[in-house]
Amino acid sequence: MEALTDLANAIVLLLNFVLVPGLAYGSQLALGALGITLVFGILRFANFAHGDTMAFGTMITILMTWWLQSMGVSFGPLPTALLALPVGIVVTILMLILTDRMVYRHYRRQKAVPVILMIASMGVMFMMNGIIRFIIGPNDQRFADGERFIMRARDFKEWTGLSEGLTIKTSQGLTIVLAIILVAALFWFLQKTRTGKAMRAYSDNEDLALLSGVNPERVVLVTWILVATLATIAGTLYGLDKSFKPFTYLSMLLPMFAAAIVGGVGNPIGAIVGGYVIAFSEVTITYAYKKVFVYLLPSGLEPNGLLQLLSTDYKFAVSFIILVLVLLVKPTGILKGKVI
Amino acid sequence: MNSDKKTTLWFGLVVVLLMIIGFSQSWSVSLGIMNLCLISAIMALGVNIQWGYAGLINVGVMGFSALGGMTAVLVSQQPVVEAWQAGWGKLLLAVLFFTATVILATLCYQKIVASKQRNIMMAAILILGLGLTRYFLDPATTAIEAVDSASTGYLGGMNLPIITSWIIGGFVAAGVAWLVGKVALGLRADYLAIATLGISEIILAIMKNEDWLTRGVKNVTGLPRPVPYEVNLQSNDWFIQLIQWWHSGSLNLLHAADAQVALKQFIIEGSSIFVKLCYTGLFSTVLIIILLLSVKALNSPWGRMMRAIRDNEVAAGAMGKDVIARHLQVFILGSAVIGIAGAMLITLDGQFTPTSFRPIRYTFLIWVMVIVGGSGNNMGAVLGSFLIWIVWIEAEPVGVWLMQFSTSGMADGNIVKLHLIENAQHMRLFFMGFVLLLVMRFSPGGILPETIRKR
Repeated sequence: MEALTDLANAIVLLLNFVLVPGLAYGSQLALGALGITLVFGILRFANFAHGDTMAFGTMITILMTWWLQSMGVSFGPLPTALLALPVGIVVTILMLILTDRMVYRHYRRQKAVPVILMIASMGVMFMMNGIIRFIIGPNDQRFADGERFIMRARDFKEWTGLSEGLTIKTSQGLTIVLAIILVAALFWFLQKTRTGKAMRAYSDNEDLALLSGVNPERVVLVTWILVATLATIAGTLYGLDKSFKPFTYLSMLLPMFAAAIVGGVGNPIGAIVGGYVIAFSEVTITYAYKKVFVYLLPSGLEPNGLLQLLSTDYKFAVSFIILVLVLLVKPTGILKGKVI
Repeated sequence: MNSDKKTTLWFGLVVVLLMIIGFSQSWSVSLGIMNLCLISAIMALGVNIQWGYAGLINVGVMGFSALGGMTAVLVSQQPVVEAWQAGWGKLLLAVLFFTATVILATLCYQKIVASKQRNIMMAAILILGLGLTRYFLDPATTAIEAVDSASTGYLGGMNLPIITSWIIGGFVAAGVAWLVGKVALGLRADYLAIATLGISEIILAIMKNEDWLTRGVKNVTGLPRPVPYEVNLQSNDWFIQLIQWWHSGSLNLLHAADAQVALKQFIIEGSSIFVKLCYTGLFSTVLIIILLLSVKALNSPWGRMMRAIRDNEVAAGAMGKDVIARHLQVFILGSAVIGIAGAMLITLDGQFTPTSFRPIRYTFLIWVMVIVGGSGNNMGAVLGSFLIWIVWIEAEPVGVWLMQFSTSGMADGNIVKLHLIENAQHMRLFFMGFVLLLVMRFSPGGILPETIRKR
């Protein structure tokens, strides 16, 4: 019986510190990587401004949330930010369409090489970053409200009688649920609707799609709308889960690129797989397994070290190492993406 | 307008800008900006060698300059004898095991035909090798970091003059660039960009966390200087006489007592300017040497070959040029130049703080300099760094002044007004992006575009 309790405790430990955070972070990365992979697939360049697009959408959502909060509006147990989200999405869509008209369209018409578009996206990154810092400042902002936990560690302990607790934050549950809904909607759109099919055709073979009467400007427009929606939601969920700081969104760019490439660039399923691969490798490699083994091994055999493969400071480095390895061994990614 | 005239005019503008800053703010500020312009110019030359000559996109500038900076620490600091005694044996073993693992795994990957057995073998080598490395490394680092961790806690350096680190820093960056290039240069342009960005983050992560090597986030401060200290200058007879002579006109007009007070003020100001001038001299020398070499290389047959490879890899390959080897070569050269600049930067700062390396400032801003100045044109890259750095620094006071001016109609204490003035400094990011996009759109070659001599 004691052996069983120990096993249960070890599993709960892993659930609490590896599975739940990994799933939430993976979903946020996957949503971000979907945006990157869509731009990669349709517009054919690496969008360095994507991190700041997320931050921009989140900022608008936060401002709206604060306004709603000051009006006394709340969303019951759910965060008010969900009510503000549509405004954030719409403003971000307008922003991205504006940047496309002002910046990217020119190079598209010139048929410029992807590198030029990529460098242009660095310029957009600078500008957005400036706007964000100008409006909301470079500091941490908190905007989460409503019920904080779906399950508290203490309740879980009382309920199961185990000595390890399981905590699930509302933001984590929300992230996973929203990610599932969004991904399902996106795939329905890409697979079933006429516009979605046109997008896939355009991504596969531009010339053939143009010959078949696909309107490229419309495809690009729809792509930016999708990218803005995904980015704003991903950014807001990340902000609810951790906290909002413009700089963290810039550093999110790299794991998101990694997720998109690891999964297979231009392939939406790949972006999702990549997101979870990156998230779980980060969490599993930097987690200290000592306590798990204390439960699993008979007393007397406890390990003396922390049993941590890499210190948590290397969290971001893990995603790059995976990225570089995948680029070297299998440049098309886990699921076959395209090499544009 | 011919290109030489244009170059002269634009550099004339830079001189005028620096003089305006000198007269309106102070000469100390102006020289401080000038010194960082010189360092940025060397970094931009490095990027220009890679991007402008060969079309290789390196978004890992931050990593290579940090490597140069780390070298400055490792070259100039006193060795910590106790730390070496505490951990050298195990550290050496760890390094040996790590090197052996990497070499064995690479050999295994290259020499054995791809198969399941090979992959298992490679995994076994890696796991065993890295495990052994950790087995020796962990106690070694704990022992080293335990030695007087408040003031040292790392191995220290080689106690050489810090100027030598400029050369060694170049070599360190070149060595790492060789490794990176071997691994990543086969990638397509945008993948290469992302890979180099990732690698620069890994380099920084190592520097922040391996306390035994760099003290990590505890920072290394008080690096020795290649130039005199202000305090020593202020009590130095010949320096006091120099200042007296320089300001003799205004000092003679004052009474003796007032003249003493004024002289003291002049000496304090003068010492700061003198130190900065020394740095300016050193940095300009390095910049001129590198610039001359770069121009020479670009106009040589080697430079023509590089441009040919950049413009059409396939055709150049068909003409018998070894594209892969040339790419690796130019990547190493450019990174070495960036490494030199990194070592100079840390020499100027006098301290090494890994957390101060941010990609916006050390990677993307350098890219803006190269693109705005003119990629492929060395003078363009230098001009771009001067202009962009001046704007980057001066955007803050000018932005605040503009905001104060434009909000002068609002009441004092108005929240919007306070917010606008407080956050005006962040508009420089916006402005940088704006300039970059404008130049890319309306003058794709930059301010001073590449000039190709017709024969």
